[in-house]
Amino acid sequence: MNTGRWIAICLLGLVLTASLLANFIAPASYAEQFRDLPGASPSARHWLGTDDLGRDRFSRLLYGTRISLLLAPAAALVSTLLAGVIGGLAGYLGGGFEGTAMWVTDLFLSLPWLFLLVAVRAMLPLNVSPLASVIITFALLGILGWAAAARVVCAGSRTLRNSDFVLQARASGVSGPRVFAVHIFPNLAPVLLAQFWISIPVFILTEANLGVLGLGVAEPLPSWGSLLREIEGYSAASQPWLFVPLLLLVAVVTCFQVALSSKELPS
Amino acid sequence: MKKSILHALVLCGLLFASCTAWSQYGGELRFCVRAEPKTFDPLLVDDDPSDTVRYLTAGVLVRTNRVTQQLEPQLALSWKVSENGQRITFKLRRDLYFSDGSPFSATDVAYTVRRLMDPNLHSSTADPFRSGPGDVDVRILASDRVAIRFPAPVAGLDRLFDQVPIMSSTSPKKEMAVLGPFNIADYKPGEYVLLKRNPNYWKHDAAGRRLPYLDSVRIEVEQNRDLEMLHFVRGEVDLINSLDPEYFSRLSSQAESTAHDAGVSLDPEMMWLNQVPTAPIPAYKKAWFASTMFRQALSKAINREDMARIVFRGHAHPAFGPISPANTFWFNSKLKAQAYDPQSAIRELAQDGFKLQDGTLKDRGGNAVEFSVITNAGNKYRAAMAAMMQQDLAKIGIRLNIVTLDFPSLMERISRTFDYEACLLGLVNTELDPNVQMNVWLSSAADHQWNPQQKNPATAWESEIDRLIRAQASTSDVRKRKQYFDRVQEIVREQNPFIYLLNKDALSGIASTVRNAQPSVLRPQTYWNIDELYLQSHADVARSR
Repeated sequence: MNTGRWIAICLLGLVLTASLLANFIAPASYAEQFRDLPGASPSARHWLGTDDLGRDRFSRLLYGTRISLLLAPAAALVSTLLAGVIGGLAGYLGGGFEGTAMWVTDLFLSLPWLFLLVAVRAMLPLNVSPLASVIITFALLGILGWAAAARVVCAGSRTLRNSDFVLQARASGVSGPRVFAVHIFPNLAPVLLAQFWISIPVFILTEANLGVLGLGVAEPLPSWGSLLREIEGYSAASQPWLFVPLLLLVAVVTCFQVALSSKELPS
Repeated sequence: MKKSILHALVLCGLLFASCTAWSQYGGELRFCVRAEPKTFDPLLVDDDPSDTVRYLTAGVLVRTNRVTQQLEPQLALSWKVSENGQRITFKLRRDLYFSDGSPFSATDVAYTVRRLMDPNLHSSTADPFRSGPGDVDVRILASDRVAIRFPAPVAGLDRLFDQVPIMSSTSPKKEMAVLGPFNIADYKPGEYVLLKRNPNYWKHDAAGRRLPYLDSVRIEVEQNRDLEMLHFVRGEVDLINSLDPEYFSRLSSQAESTAHDAGVSLDPEMMWLNQVPTAPIPAYKKAWFASTMFRQALSKAINREDMARIVFRGHAHPAFGPISPANTFWFNSKLKAQAYDPQSAIRELAQDGFKLQDGTLKDRGGNAVEFSVITNAGNKYRAAMAAMMQQDLAKIGIRLNIVTLDFPSLMERISRTFDYEACLLGLVNTELDPNVQMNVWLSSAADHQWNPQQKNPATAWESEIDRLIRAQASTSDVRKRKQYFDRVQEIVREQNPFIYLLNKDALSGIASTVRNAQPSVLRPQTYWNIDELYLQSHADVARSR
């Protein structure tokens, strides 16, 4: 394991640990409004200052990191499993099923993602708690984000379909579903794992984009998306501490990429 | 010797005065609009950019002074509205000419009104005049007198002519022949509209010199507010209308003299609860929303002062009701701002059968009081207002869920499916006369948002508002109309169908080189007196300081 990967993993671990311990580390609740201190600069009491409503920005960053870092992998897991089943079966069965599955995949890829998410989000029930809304947002990301990975998985599955051990299993009379479950799917694990890692930063960024549009995680819950909204506009340049969530996002996404690319290097 | 020195001094003084006077002339004023003007036909205007061009180019019979809020004569020397408010007679100025040299007379007024009221034109400017079925009768009494009779009384009839641009009946240039201070000289779609001084503009300043002072006005199309601000700071544009509080604070810190807060505007921000009987929400919630005491308690539990101070950085004021205090005549000055009083709210809720148990408010049936409020996505001020309400209402045990929706989805819910519980939105009021709000207050109206298009008024107080609104529309006696609207404001305050939250301030940016500017709370805030504005060089500004 090279040094870069170690550093990336350590940083990710540090960020994840800090966010998981937010209840103990955070100086205030993410929702508490210090109305006498709106938009305050960093101080000993508020390390990253307060937002426009007087909420402690450091606390919100910790809780927001927890939400984004826990739910993005969950969404990535959902989308990777969907991609594994759809792409895997398409590659294994081939023929008409593969054609249809790839047509649906292409259709999903050609859809304007952001607008689709906005439209689906608008159709959901309104009276849900902030926590439920954040879970719904990431679940949507997971359910709608399988298409790109499915194409890669399909290609992998198609290669496996014609491999010697699969031919031997079929010649030995092993049923089709069993061949898929025992011989194909487990051998797709490296591809699926790579897709899983790639999806995490993609979902974090998508949620951030939704947050910038005001359609991500509901108030008062913080997420990286809602924190990034603070840097839009003209006045952010004079308040460099507003860029901390952006730096953290870039660092985490970079760490994911470094961890992933290091994994792919031959040992 | 002494005499000649005195003569020389007087001569120098006169020379300096005349130089100063003539130095007012010339220059190009620049500002931005958010979108492309949809039309240059002044009678078909229904968007802000087109309205801007219309305001700067069109001549009108009467105009509301944006500072005094009084109606002032323009192309009309005088006017008279009949007692029943159905007929108006104008006496016109003589010897006026359109920008292309064609003469102005009563024929042009008649032509304009007939074209405006033509149902085939579908002019939104004509809508307020359509008080009843039937045709409008326009009679030319003389070359400088014209009488217009409407089929039914029109409330605030004379003020409506502030929006009616007079067009030439004879000019081959049609809408390009104007009576306003400027005429359209150039237009590049997506880039700018260039207006040049109308050489035949009829107005003169106190010294008898022909207005306007400016040579031209350049209206840039710029959607991005950040870029607009950047252009302003660099001196590339001279005016910004309707500044956000954030930009205003920024501007104040950079160049205080260019940031102007004209005070509380006409535009309210408000929340309402869905009272549509067929709405797909639980019956127990409908019962809460229909309760006057529940709505009153919500109103008391919201800290408007904090909201104005924090969300709008002090550039907003707690709202009193449907009419802003900025509307000096129509505002009911007996009303007082709703005080923040959560304890009183809890008492009121207790009287209505609610109980506060372990920090959660419960109704008679034991249902925890929780509802969602929808607002439009992308408006950070409304999102922040909702977040503050969330914390305020939590103090009386109410759980408020905030949902931001894209605007089309939000409109679909509030006007078609009624699948929502509460909504936070704002209104833009461009008119002083509250008669234009009939489409909101009549229970049968489509914009009666909390329960629209009722066949019969659902409540006694809505029935009373209907009666008052109809009564004011059928008289031209302004005092009586004021009495009726004062009562409407009192009922709205008691019943809280809209929980009025704030009136935003009218914020604008005016470059230090622009002189004679008098920022107003009424639109257009910064250039309403465009014919009197002039530009000073930066050197002169520095010298005068």
